[in-house]
Amino acid sequence: MEATTFTLHVNGRPHQVQADPATPLLYVLRNQLGLNGPKFGCGMQQCGACMVLVDGFAHPSCQLQVHRVGAAPITTLEGLTRPDGSLHPVQQALVELQAAQCGYCLNGVAMCAAGLLRQYARPDEQTIRNALFRVLCRCGTHERYIRAVQRAAELGASG
Amino acid sequence: MPSRRAFLKDTGRLTIAFCLLGALPAAEALAADDPRPGSLQDNPRLNAWLEVLADGRVRVLTGKIEIGQGIGTAVAQMAAEELNLPLNRVEVVLAETGRTPDERYTAGSASIEQSALSVRWAAAAARQQLLQLAAKRLRVPAATLQLADGAVRTADGRQHLTFAELLAGRQLTGEVPADTVLKPKNQHQVVGQPLRREEIERMVRAAPVYVQDMRLPGTVHARVLHPPGPGARLRGVDEAGLRQAVPGLLRVVVDGSFVGLLAADEWTAIKAHDWLKPRLQWTAGPALPAGQALPEVIRALPAKVDEVARRGDVASAPATGEKSFRATYFKPYLMHASIGPSCAVALFDKGTLHLWTHSQGVYPLRAAVAKLLGLPEDQVHAKGVPGAGCYGHNGADDVAAEAALLARAYPGHPVRLQWTREDEHLHEPYGSAMLFDLQARLDARGRLTHWHMELWSDTHSARPAGQPDKLLPAQLLAKPFEYKRAELSGGTSRNSEPLYQIPNMLINAHSFAGPLRVSALRSLGAFGNVFALESGMDELAQLAGQDPWAFRLAHLTDERARAVIEEARRLTQNVQAGPNEGLGMAFAQYKNQAAYLAVVARVWVSPEDHTPWVRQLWAAIDAGEVINPDGLRNQTEGGLIQAASWTVLEQVQFDQQQVRSHDWESYPIYRFDEVPRVEVSIVSRPDQPPLGAGEAAQGPTAAAIANAVHRACGVRVRELPIRPWKLAPSSAES
Ligand code: FES
Ligand code: FES
Repeated sequence: MEATTFTLHVNGRPHQVQADPATPLLYVLRNQLGLNGPKFGCGMQQCGACMVLVDGFAHPSCQLQVHRVGAAPITTLEGLTRPDGSLHPVQQALVELQAAQCGYCLNGVAMCAAGLLRQYARPDEQTIRNALFRVLCRCGTHERYIRAVQRAAELGASG
Repeated sequence: MPSRRAFLKDTGRLTIAFCLLGALPAAEALAADDPRPGSLQDNPRLNAWLEVLADGRVRVLTGKIEIGQGIGTAVAQMAAEELNLPLNRVEVVLAETGRTPDERYTAGSASIEQSALSVRWAAAAARQQLLQLAAKRLRVPAATLQLADGAVRTADGRQHLTFAELLAGRQLTGEVPADTVLKPKNQHQVVGQPLRREEIERMVRAAPVYVQDMRLPGTVHARVLHPPGPGARLRGVDEAGLRQAVPGLLRVVVDGSFVGLLAADEWTAIKAHDWLKPRLQWTAGPALPAGQALPEVIRALPAKVDEVARRGDVASAPATGEKSFRATYFKPYLMHASIGPSCAVALFDKGTLHLWTHSQGVYPLRAAVAKLLGLPEDQVHAKGVPGAGCYGHNGADDVAAEAALLARAYPGHPVRLQWTREDEHLHEPYGSAMLFDLQARLDARGRLTHWHMELWSDTHSARPAGQPDKLLPAQLLAKPFEYKRAELSGGTSRNSEPLYQIPNMLINAHSFAGPLRVSALRSLGAFGNVFALESGMDELAQLAGQDPWAFRLAHLTDERARAVIEEARRLTQNVQAGPNEGLGMAFAQYKNQAAYLAVVARVWVSPEDHTPWVRQLWAAIDAGEVINPDGLRNQTEGGLIQAASWTVLEQVQFDQQQVRSHDWESYPIYRFDEVPRVEVSIVSRPDQPPLGAGEAAQGPTAAAIANAVHRACGVRVRELPIRPWKLAPSSAES
């Protein structure tokens, strides 16, 4: 396919990119916008490593073709950090609880948690587990991730 | 070595690091009476481990890479402690050839025991040298001086010299002596503290942490195509068709059965890969033994038998009142199944190959790749960059070798090779399937008198180790390197010998060459061995009519073993199993010489569909002196959860042609809805040496779950994984 020009709204700013319309958003974000948050894990919507927020909802970016994104606002892990450099409650909680081993899955957890907390300020444990269901972690950091999301909810409520 | 030096662009350094090319590892020859850690004996030069920077900060160098175990933080803690420096003034350099010490592999839970302890010794020797330099300059006895904040001070604080002033552009030299005085442990302020790993902040900020995130200028993207099954060979590539269907490819590299594609843009490389994959034609390799019970397949394979342990006489005549027991256990092939498929960046520039890799051993990889490419070793430079967690020998070395082959075909450009999910699932070396025949006897009082184990396993060690033949592409090239199978590896018998006091014992290991590619998976043979041993102990306790805790304790004299078991019992003393629930425990000392760990599992077995739900796991661990308690806790929590997933879900599936576990649906692992809660209690032993702990949870977790399942529903599962259909009531024993 011919490369086409798209305007993507990523982390609060418009970006013009040229891409084959069938390119999954993941590669546009990583290779054209130089973002590290979304990661390649499977390319099959099975692992959540590539998770972003589309219009505020967590969604894998590895099969989302760039021409389908339209004007929907995209947020990546980079975009959770506030303009002044301070951390989003989810990021803060992950650091505070030291919730990561290799950390490769952390993006998926953080984006799903950020999407969840927009909808439910104080989710219970089962709701958190359901919200993280699409994210695979091989290091076994699940316990800390669940507690970090609970902590993020507290931080969000107080902050 | 100009090309290598050119690569070391550190402006703040006082001297060029000691070039370690001549330092050959010689662990076999380590002096038994040398108190220094093995890695330090291999690389005794102080400045191999530690440099003082012009601004007074200290740089420590470790030959290990970060694989989520927090080694960077641990070594920084060691140096900060011995030199009385704030942690933020210690910089850590991880594995890089020509730069850091050669510590071979980051494996076997040895990062702390070897690397962190070597840094402790080097920093202590540095402290002694700095004190002596200052004593000479200030004309006062060294004993009256103190180290604080990057300087040496007199006791009255009136005079002080910074490290940089003391060295005046020079660097500490000489060897770290065997009589180096370490800081007394009761004065420790940094070591033993649950310090934060600074890389976690970089992860949450989406900084470029991983090799996958490297973006060197001019990078081109690569994909490779692998044979569908073992032994399959390429018949041909329709390159013209490919180039027409996917324009814009920079190179199509075909060497024997190795196929690589290069494109300026990653999506083009992916499209080319996806177009070509179904169109490549392969000759079939030898058929895999599908459709037969794997345990029986394994038992029938030719095997070399090695005696692991023998004492007393396992064949002695039966005594009156004695009971005998016999059972067969099995663990299937398991995957490392890293969340990030393997990736490497390679650049062939002016005759030198540069490699950025998440391999666990940059030095052995360098040697292997040099031979693969026919280059002198000093024209290969490998730098460790973190990847996703690997849990042993996964595709990291293979992808690096493949990237090297492609970089040679496209010199002057960094080549970033990303394996697909399917590449990783199908082509990583698995953890071997294992089979165990146990026969044991109890005397009339219920004491174990005889223990006879015959075990079967493929190797647990097929790392490249400096040779090219074990790199995946080496066997595919037009001029292949013949695969040399490793002899029986120590990993097979790891933890096969019980720590329990049993007068008559025989353990034989049968080493076979199985149908699938295998190598080191976290804990090697210990996972299967401890599963069999500790399941057997529960069954024997039942046969003896004894409580499983008391039965184990009655056969254990090692105080530290008893202490972790008691601690696990204390942790769970108020836990009551509900209906259809069971509590099970298990214990092992990893490698019979590293961390002690006892696990309790609480498992609920659904009365409707018989799914075993592991609700909770508790572990008590004694890892000797703990450098970073939060790091130890994190690794142990992870080990419990990963091992639980192995135990109840995982099994590599194959048919006659190929492995069928090619993605996360055909090889499911735990998701967030299933994972148990985990709790870890550390039995602290600050006066003891630190013990490797990263793999200690694997085996005991499996047995604790199997023992809990038995209590929950009455079914004893001896063949992993514990799938629901093995728990239907018809399988229950009478
Ligand atoms: S990479 Fe998108 S879900 Fe796995
Ligand atoms: S922390 Fe490594 S995969 Fe989750």
